Amino acid sequence: MAERKIVDGRGSFCPGPLMELIVALKSSQIGDELEVLSTDKGSANDIPEWLNKVGHEYLSTSESEGVWHIALRKSK
Amino acid sequence: MKILIIGGGMGGTILANNLARRLTNEMKSGKARITMLSASDKHMYQPGLLYLAVGRITPDELYRDQASLLEPGINFHVDPVTDFMLDNNQVKTKSGKIFDYDILVIATGSRMFPEGIPGMAEGAETFYTEETAVKMLKRLQSFEGGKVVISVGVPHKCPMAPLEITFMLHDYFKDRGMADKVQLHYTYPIGRVHSLENVAKWAAPEMDKLGITYETFFNTKEVDVENKVLRSEEGVEVKYDLLINIPVHKGMEVLEKNGLGANGWIPTNRTKLNMEGRSNVFVCGDTTNIPISKAGSTAHFEADTLGENIAAIVKMGIPVREYDGKVFCFIEAGKDRATYAMFNYLNPPDPKAPTKAVHWFKMAYNKLYWVSARGLL
Repeated sequence: MAERKIVDGRGSFCPGPLMELIVALKSSQIGDELEVLSTDKGSANDIPEWLNKVGHEYLSTSESEGVWHIALRKSK
Repeated sequence: MKILIIGGGMGGTILANNLARRLTNEMKSGKARITMLSASDKHMYQPGLLYLAVGRITPDELYRDQASLLEPGINFHVDPVTDFMLDNNQVKTKSGKIFDYDILVIATGSRMFPEGIPGMAEGAETFYTEETAVKMLKRLQSFEGGKVVISVGVPHKCPMAPLEITFMLHDYFKDRGMADKVQLHYTYPIGRVHSLENVAKWAAPEMDKLGITYETFFNTKEVDVENKVLRSEEGVEVKYDLLINIPVHKGMEVLEKNGLGANGWIPTNRTKLNMEGRSNVFVCGDTTNIPISKAGSTAHFEADTLGENIAAIVKMGIPVREYDGKVFCFIEAGKDRATYAMFNYLNPPDPKAPTKAVHWFKMAYNKLYWVSARGLL
């Protein structure tokens, strides 16, 4: 299985973790797994909400030492 | 020590001048040499394009001769790089010359890429170059009313531009007596009207007050030019009469061709600002892949850090400070009021209500920019 692509949005207020994810998805292939790292707790809600709207597969969220890890799979 | 700076925009110019002042003695003794390579003999003040698009300045006000901005002793050549041979500490230019270096700084900026979205280049106006800003102004002048939709591509430079152009268009149409004939509709890729939460908290009520409608979680997928419809990745369709585009951006093509980074974004250490895997190659401004605003102030503050560090490397062999993610962006909230957002990696911005005073500060900075470019402000 291919490695998960890490999208490191820690400490990013602008453009922020979700925008970094949107950029990363553009250069990813269908089936690729990505994991967003964010120090913004809002990402734990925003990113799954957007994934649901746009049709990518949301996999999981976990938090460790103030960093949220949000995993997904590019579906289209 | 040979210091080679690629790119004559804000970051490269501030850095070159900063270094020239710090290394005056070393340059005189021949211990240090600063060379800048640029694709142009002109330096453009890019934030001015916003004002050009609504007819508040003319194109000539955007430019100065690049050479006139540089400290004596900086070797400046209008000769863009075509090949990066980093293993040999060399670059090759369009004229065929080879430049070798001890320290390389890549500050090549970013470019708009509207063709990244089908139909966008043909269907939308934008203001990210002189040519497109003048074209947009002419289109605005001939516009007789209808729905004006703002589309925001990701990534883009100047994160405040989507809000600024929206508020400035409001005042533009109001001044033309057309406020009741124009509906401004703002779209944005994430779940609020701006990436900065506190800016979004300020901006959304401003839009409500001005009758500007908005739609979030909207990532433009394609433009149906014939039917004037914008379609999003989220499955939403929006009709428009006039489409204003904040375009998708890429780094310079030469970087992609040389394998320095996907889409021209160079993997860069976010505090040390060196290219990942290269201790003698630094990156400044839009072309880093750092998750930070692609903004002039980012380039400015990165250049300040690099100026100190490269000078310290020349003098002592070691860098002395880290970049803390500092960004400062003015936000024009219309024709005569503005606020600003200042933040870094640890502290989010807390913008206050727009005032005339901050707007006039911005107007003054539009002129003072040239002092910044010279590394003095």
